Amino acid sequence: MDMSVKKKLGLKEKYALMTRDLGWEPSYEKHEDVFPLIHYEGLKIHDWDKWEDPFRLTMDSYWKYQAEKERKLYAIIDAYNQNNGHLNVTDARYINAMKIFLSAVPSLEYNAHRGFARLGRHMAGVGPQVACQMQAIDELRHAQTQIHAISNYNRFYNGIHDWKHMNDRLWYLSVPKSFFEDACTCGPFEYIIAISFSFEYVLTNLVFVPFVSGAAYNGDMGTMTFGFSAQSDEARHMTLGLEVIKFMLEQDPDNLPIVQKWIDKWTWRGVRLLTIVAMMMDYMLPKRVMSWKEAWEIYFEENGMSLFKDLARYGIKVPDCVEQIKKEKHHISHQAWTTFYAAAPMTNFHTWLPNEDELDWLSEKYPETFDTYYRPRFEFFREQAEKGERFVNPNLPQLCQVCQIPMLFTEPDEPTQIAYRQVEHGGEKYHFCSDHCQHIFEDEPEKYVEAWLPVHQIMQGNCFAEGDDPTAPDFDPIASVLKYWHIVPGKDNGDFAGSEDEKNFAQWRGMATSNQ
Amino acid sequence: MSVQSIRPFEPVVKDAAANFHGLQVVYLCWDKHLMFYAPIAKMLPPSMTFGELIDAEITPAYSRHPDFARIDWSAVEWRKDGEAFTPALDKSLADNGITHKTAIHFTTPGLDGIGGSGF
Repeated sequence: MDMSVKKKLGLKEKYALMTRDLGWEPSYEKHEDVFPLIHYEGLKIHDWDKWEDPFRLTMDSYWKYQAEKERKLYAIIDAYNQNNGHLNVTDARYINAMKIFLSAVPSLEYNAHRGFARLGRHMAGVGPQVACQMQAIDELRHAQTQIHAISNYNRFYNGIHDWKHMNDRLWYLSVPKSFFEDACTCGPFEYIIAISFSFEYVLTNLVFVPFVSGAAYNGDMGTMTFGFSAQSDEARHMTLGLEVIKFMLEQDPDNLPIVQKWIDKWTWRGVRLLTIVAMMMDYMLPKRVMSWKEAWEIYFEENGMSLFKDLARYGIKVPDCVEQIKKEKHHISHQAWTTFYAAAPMTNFHTWLPNEDELDWLSEKYPETFDTYYRPRFEFFREQAEKGERFVNPNLPQLCQVCQIPMLFTEPDEPTQIAYRQVEHGGEKYHFCSDHCQHIFEDEPEKYVEAWLPVHQIMQGNCFAEGDDPTAPDFDPIASVLKYWHIVPGKDNGDFAGSEDEKNFAQWRGMATSNQ
Repeated sequence: MSVQSIRPFEPVVKDAAANFHGLQVVYLCWDKHLMFYAPIAKMLPPSMTFGELIDAEITPAYSRHPDFARIDWSAVEWRKDGEAFTPALDKSLADNGITHKTAIHFTTPGLDGIGGSGF
């Protein structure tokens, strides 16, 4: 008997079959009513079919590989839990880097999921719709695995018992939160430039080096595993970032100035956000991977510049802010850590002074600045602490209206002078940490006047614990704010030395490694 | 430039003066003293005198610094929103032209942080 065997479909045919139903033309609704968001940003798209979906050749195997990764990841997380993997880290100070990561990043991933899901609906071509939907699924998976990873730590260590609550309220967490909310409230094209190009393509290595390699260097297998599981998706996301920029630029020459403006804005927004990452690399990983300065030089000044060289044929220029960042790379990690050290009672993690070895490492990595500007600060703090007068800045800081970081950055050419910029808009004064944040404001003041700045919200009385009476004679505003944040002073923050975390870790590690 | 949006909207000015219960936000910064890492934000009555600002706000905010006790207040150089000015100590903040979200910076000649390091 003859059998007629159908030929197996090729990848391209399979992809076309999987996605073809999305490609219909509406017959009784107008195209612009179905896709209401694709014109108002001013971008001109003539042929959506020119979008080459960079995922199309992997789509078929995507589900299989993702499922396999999940199984492996959870097997490792399970083993990590059963073997008390947290006791294998180099030094319990390391856990504080994880506290920052786990307080800030899961909500970024979740918002990335929301943003891409919206784009999956609003992009007008099948290629970008599919690409954005797939990325939305990835981002949701990252949020989930990170939230699961929190339980590796928060049952043992203080400060991350209520990460979502703090993420919406705690002062320094407004920096990553507002970054992503800025992106999510952009139009679809700016969002995809912000996240897929500037953040995922240009800056992603600077995020992954400290977290994934940092975890590996510091014996944290759990984090390393979820890091790798997410990072294998990033390669695909980076491809989308590159594809999207080429697509926009090839569609119409009028798109160039708009795209350039977004690249300038989001490179700066991203780098400001990475200040905290710089600090983690230089101060919080007991076993350092590389300095922030080295990472910036390799991943931006070398790799990033070759990318911009490629884009030069479209007329794209290196963002102006890069010159300033080259100067700031010698400073920002030190400025950020001294800030958190001095603001220790207002955080959800522990701080410490670098020990002698660490000071020497910093001197070696920052020969132009550390001994001149920063070592004396740590020596002063140490002297004070040894006298029993640990330094704390008793004041609430002024925040930048755009990046929401305390105005701690100095003039690019004068590292002892804080940079301050200000403009008036609608009869109100607004203040900024830099020319670049000021320009972002001036381009869209209506957006940034709405910024939820934690310091001003505290002053307006919007951040006190429920039931506390601000008019009572014994009202302590700072105590009430900490209660509102769900932070227990001294337990969830303050010095690492003498903390419950330090004591518990030493005791548990002792139990795991000896017969005491 | 102005924001591009799908439909017109009236932005909510989150930090409008009216939201601070009759007080106003004033930023203070003792330049070249980075121990305090950033300018500080205070919520103050517009009727407070500049002298009271020094005694009741600036002093507790910065007195921890070893330079503080050595300040010669007659030599202090003041700036208001970036412009040099001479405050009248017995006049109110309002009469000194200090309005909501004014930034006051001051330098103390000869005192530039520990060992002149700006810290």
